[in-house]
Amino acid sequence: MRYSAFRLFTEALRGNRGWQPAWRDAAPRPAYEAVIVGGGGHGLATAYYLAKVHGLRDIAVLEKGWIGGGNIGRNTTIIRSNYLLPGNTPFYEWSLKLWEGLEQEINYNAMVSQRGVLNLHHNDAQRDANVRRGNAMRLQGVDAELLDAQDVRRMLPFLDFDNARFPIRGGLLQPRGGTVRHDAVAWGYARAADRLGVDIIQNCEVTGFRIQGGAVTGVETTRGPIAARKVGLACAGHSSRVAALAGLKLPIESHVLQAFVTEGLKPLIPGVITFGAGHFYISQSDKGGLVFGGDIDGYNSYAQRGNLATVEDVCEGGMALMPMIGRARLLRSWGGVMDMSMDGSPIIDHTPVEGLYLNAGWCYGGFKATPGSGWCFAHLLARDEPHPVAAAYRLDRFAAGRVIDEKGQGPHPNRH
Amino acid sequence: MRIHCPHCGPRGHDEFVHHGDAVPQRPQTDATDAAFHDYVYLRDNPAGLYRELWFHAAGCHSWLIVERDTRTHEIRSVTFARGDA
Amino acid sequence: MSARLPSGGLIDRTRRLRFSFDGRRHEGFAGDTLAAALLADGVRLVGRSFKYHRPRGVLTAGPEEPNALVELRSGARREPNTRATVVELYDGLEAQSQNRWPSLRFDLLALNGLFSPLLGAGFYYKTFMWPAAFWEKVYEPLIRRAAGLGSLSTAPDPDHYEKATAFCDLLVVGSGPAGLMAALVAARSGARVILAEQDCLFGGRCLSERIVLGDGSAHRWVQSVVAELAATPGVRLLPRTTVVGTYDHGAYTAVERVNDHVAAPPPFEPRQRLWRIVAKRAVLAAGALERPLVFGDNDLPGVMLASAVSTYINRYAVRPGERAVLYADNDHAWATVADLRAAGAEIVAIVDPRPDARARAAVVARDAPLLTGVVRRALGGRTLQGVEVVGADGHVHRLDCDLLAMSGGWAPTLHLTSHLGAKPRWDAERSMFLPEQLPPGLLVAGAAGGELTTAAALSTGIRIAEGSLQSLGIAPRGVTPPVAGEEADAWTPLWRAPSSRGKRFIDFQNDVTTDDLELAHREGFGASEHAKRYTTLGMATDQGKTSALNGLATLAALTGKSIGEVGTTTYRPPYTPVAIGALAGHHRGPDFRPTRLTPSHEWAREQGAVFIESGAWLRAQYFPRAGETDWLPPVIREVQAVRSAVGLCDVSTLGKIELKGPDALRFIERLYANGWQTLAVGRARYGVMLREDGRVMDDGTVARLGEQHWFMTTTTANAVAVYQHMQHCHQVLWPELDVQFTSVTEQWAQFAVAGPRSRELLRRILASGEDISNDAFPYMAARAVTLADGLRGRLFRLSFSGELAYEIAVPARHGDAIIRRLAAAGEDLGVVPYGLEALGVMRIEKGHVAGNELTGRTSAQQLGLGRMLSTQKDYIGARLARLPALDDPADTQLVGVRPVDGKTRLVSGAHFLPLAAPTTFEHEQGYMTSVAYSPSLGHWIALGLLKNGRQRHGERLRAVDLLRSQETEVEICDPVFIDPQGARLRG
Repeated sequence: MRYSAFRLFTEALRGNRGWQPAWRDAAPRPAYEAVIVGGGGHGLATAYYLAKVHGLRDIAVLEKGWIGGGNIGRNTTIIRSNYLLPGNTPFYEWSLKLWEGLEQEINYNAMVSQRGVLNLHHNDAQRDANVRRGNAMRLQGVDAELLDAQDVRRMLPFLDFDNARFPIRGGLLQPRGGTVRHDAVAWGYARAADRLGVDIIQNCEVTGFRIQGGAVTGVETTRGPIAARKVGLACAGHSSRVAALAGLKLPIESHVLQAFVTEGLKPLIPGVITFGAGHFYISQSDKGGLVFGGDIDGYNSYAQRGNLATVEDVCEGGMALMPMIGRARLLRSWGGVMDMSMDGSPIIDHTPVEGLYLNAGWCYGGFKATPGSGWCFAHLLARDEPHPVAAAYRLDRFAAGRVIDEKGQGPHPNRH
Repeated sequence: MRIHCPHCGPRGHDEFVHHGDAVPQRPQTDATDAAFHDYVYLRDNPAGLYRELWFHAAGCHSWLIVERDTRTHEIRSVTFARGDA
Repeated sequence: MSARLPSGGLIDRTRRLRFSFDGRRHEGFAGDTLAAALLADGVRLVGRSFKYHRPRGVLTAGPEEPNALVELRSGARREPNTRATVVELYDGLEAQSQNRWPSLRFDLLALNGLFSPLLGAGFYYKTFMWPAAFWEKVYEPLIRRAAGLGSLSTAPDPDHYEKATAFCDLLVVGSGPAGLMAALVAARSGARVILAEQDCLFGGRCLSERIVLGDGSAHRWVQSVVAELAATPGVRLLPRTTVVGTYDHGAYTAVERVNDHVAAPPPFEPRQRLWRIVAKRAVLAAGALERPLVFGDNDLPGVMLASAVSTYINRYAVRPGERAVLYADNDHAWATVADLRAAGAEIVAIVDPRPDARARAAVVARDAPLLTGVVRRALGGRTLQGVEVVGADGHVHRLDCDLLAMSGGWAPTLHLTSHLGAKPRWDAERSMFLPEQLPPGLLVAGAAGGELTTAAALSTGIRIAEGSLQSLGIAPRGVTPPVAGEEADAWTPLWRAPSSRGKRFIDFQNDVTTDDLELAHREGFGASEHAKRYTTLGMATDQGKTSALNGLATLAALTGKSIGEVGTTTYRPPYTPVAIGALAGHHRGPDFRPTRLTPSHEWAREQGAVFIESGAWLRAQYFPRAGETDWLPPVIREVQAVRSAVGLCDVSTLGKIELKGPDALRFIERLYANGWQTLAVGRARYGVMLREDGRVMDDGTVARLGEQHWFMTTTTANAVAVYQHMQHCHQVLWPELDVQFTSVTEQWAQFAVAGPRSRELLRRILASGEDISNDAFPYMAARAVTLADGLRGRLFRLSFSGELAYEIAVPARHGDAIIRRLAAAGEDLGVVPYGLEALGVMRIEKGHVAGNELTGRTSAQQLGLGRMLSTQKDYIGARLARLPALDDPADTQLVGVRPVDGKTRLVSGAHFLPLAAPTTFEHEQGYMTSVAYSPSLGHWIALGLLKNGRQRHGERLRAVDLLRSQETEVEICDPVFIDPQGARLRG
């Protein structure tokens, strides 16, 4: 069933009784060519691109709960490709390009909204880093503009320019950055994958792997064993736990990141603003809520909830940056469990177990990567070789000393 | 969270800095590169009881080993990392 | 038309308060809420809904209100989305309706309602996709303008907020019968008690229902209990305080609205106070929320919760309607009929879906018709004019009325029990969600635990408090509860909404109807988490307080499951929305973070210094003199003065750590990558520290002041991290080493005295016996010294500038005096203060790496420090630093850079590209990290990181800055621009 304004109109005339389920609630079959573990954004996107780009049709996505219930539905919805390091930029730019055509491709309006992402700087060293980053982006064909303090003031007059502890001296703007309606991404990919024959199996938790002679032959689940020639893990937040079922130990820790939304307000903030002198970033959803976040809570946790100190820290950053929000009310906060990798960058790679592939370590940056991750993971699964833009995301990069450490924090997951 | 520092008593977790897994031990000088890689990079990351290092940055500057459940945040024990009580 | 009753209520009729709503003037009394005062003045239409802009009135009398949202106050204090039901009236209050255009009565966007079949759940996911470019340009701006509720001022919030921390044995949340009893037990037992009540008055339901306790009114009983609590030591009463969050290990957050009930906070008082409460035990006695019933057009102004009707009559002496219908599925709501009668309203009918209630209800109904059946639809334009009732026999009755009091029973307020992730359990027998797993230390009493009668609330309050105290080892002192009368509490929940032509609202504010849930179910979004996200049910500012249960019930009916099987949505903090200002407290503007000042700050200020943030420090950036309007001339002058005479610079911000002990040397050996065995007492050495992954962590100097006495410096930026790392190394890795160390960054003022005349200057302030000749005190010497006035200090012959230079350290409290003495003593030598900029210029001229190169990503080998890495010992990072990737010629290496034309200004962040190759990333060779104008060389210079850079000195490249459209031809050179042999610093 194709979605369109015309369809909305004709269905409305018929009392909206003709709409079909967006995806089939499939029951597991005994065997598949490929099984994706994790019905979040990355898993669903992987299944979609496996079917669409590589022609595989015999695919199942296994989800422990309801699809889209993990981090795809618990983030601050930002998309951007303003990365510094050569291992990252091409990947995130490819992802951004996929976002740009996503809605027409999957016939689902995920409200991809390119209203710009601005990273502020507050001192010369930050400016120098932003210049280096912006130039690296431009050299790779990514849009980037350097703004001085006056430019920022013209664009965002409500920021604290005159009374700030760390004055705003400019910023790096990526006009093509923006936000996406996060839940819709999971639903849109699910619907599109389903139309290509992918089985989306909910309430089906993987409890073990079947491995013979060093090669994977299937998975054990709460709904029975499922045989598969290839198994892809896309369960960030819980990668360590699932990989441990296959005897693997990963360079990953699980940490909680909180996100926040205020009551609905009339339009205030045009794009995404990232504070450079504290842990704070903010945008405004189409519904009117200010969506904001900050640093991770700082300790290993699977508890999907945050602590108060981080809430206060984030709100302090918000008030320091834009003191108009003092009377806006925080409506909801939520916590997601992140795969924090040892260098702050993701892993899309083979594992030592043949036929078992890993898509993990997205830290708190996984949302923007959803299409690119799905695309590249599908490429790896289908062709057994890394996609060129994701070639740096190797599992052995740590042993080789070729880490991709955007923040320069070293092997401390809670500092990335 | 409230962490019961053996020196300072119960304090809010924001006085402490979290460091990570307390289980991996730094290999001896003559250990293999692989042993150092595992020590620096690989983590069990358990969902459950976890032995972890915290630094009482806004207190006595002790490094502590905290046994905590990563699912519930329940703390079982707190001891000095240096061993003596 | 006034709906105010001639007597009664808890209002102060002697204090008349003027206020305005949408510019119209009204009057109320002290003790009113804005909603009560508006109802008293006959105002029923107070807001518009989110999507269809439906006319809305007051639904509730509490914080769960979804409809009556206003913009309160004006100017920078405007507070959008403020619930009129909790706003305490004050004189001069201004309120505006919101989300309507052009006016509340005639809102053009109400046309949306006509297109509602097109605007069902998730309609926006199915359209607005063509053409793609139209989303940002056309569709989204329209949607954004139409969406949102109230508007926030763009001016800074003028009010202050503060934070407080409190500890107690027992925190009691809510002050109804259960909470008051719990608090009283604890108070009499000598426990430390905090009683938090969201209302301005204690008492909970005792304020709004006509309850008899003992031999008097419940309200009088409340006053006596509160008086006793107030007089008991160790009891803190917090009215106007909402506990909004439960956190780990007995921590709770509460917001006290200190001055929201006045026009503006008095001087020096906060608007709100955020409480961080650490409670050994807590009792949740937050009561329960009444459930609306679902029927056609159940959102019309005039349709109200029965408990709200009672509250407006009993507490505010306002009669919300003249002709009332009660529609309830429980006996408890019958009290509202008595309240309405007492207020002089006509009871048009009682509609009850329960056949078995007929006999009992007849007593209540008296002469009013009693209809067994359901309300199908509310009738009216902007306010309620009647209802359509379908009787059990299928007959449709039309009743004229202007008030429908509805009650679908009660849902315990158990949000705080679920903030740690536990999901409540559906109790099918009692038709309510009850907590299953409680946060450690928290127990539930009264209606919050499903005990709906006053008697049960009183007794559970006592019992729970006693148990909590006993678990703390506090012997509870007996409290006898007052005798509460019988209360009717039979209840058979009506979950099913009769079909109707009107819209049946579940989430009032977000305009989510049963049709929307049906559509969501049809499209496969029937699981509660999916339905919530797809329809936005429960996502409005009331956080689902009035909608969640009806949503689940509707989904249960659609899926054929029980409510318990459909599940519950997770409650997350905060319980009610919290102003961001309250969570930030004082941390805004200049007080966002603490500011550290150097010991010479005052003196530097007097010298006209321009200051710059350097981490938490404020440091002098440069010292402009009269006529120097730009930053570059003073920097050039300062550099030249240092290179030709002598300059002074405060370097106290460097991290300083003092180490002592027999194993100090061994410890330092393991900490730093380079060797220390040969460092003699009285000498200092440059050191590089790695992380365990082999990359550079920090650099600095270490001086050996005695056989077992060492003093090290770190970079300003890494002072805290290095100290923490050292503690880790000592306490975790090598506790067997006998070494003690402590940070002395704040204890010592340290000044660089640099330049060819520095020795001359220092001699003038040192005691006469101090020999600092080149022989007695050569380059890299370090020792304790006595100043001319007998003050003890330390002198280091270190040079960051490349000149003959020293760093002199004195106890921090003497720093100001010593910098003044140095400046005065050096006047004839041409001494100048120099700032961070000149310091930076000189370090670039000397090729020293700093923050722009020590990025945490660079290896020692890349920075040209590879030869420092010892192969003779174990140290942090030793093993992984040897990985080939850390010394890969294909990677970048530190180089010097100069413009080929000798003129062009270089820019940091420009990337290197070959002269001939196209400007694409495949050809990128590295980038410039630090640039400076070198007064010594007369042109711009830079440090950079260039692929295989050490082999490429002399090569010409393009330095490309695409962001600023600048391209410069540069020559690669050695990073040391000045005095590569170091003759000057040894002179």
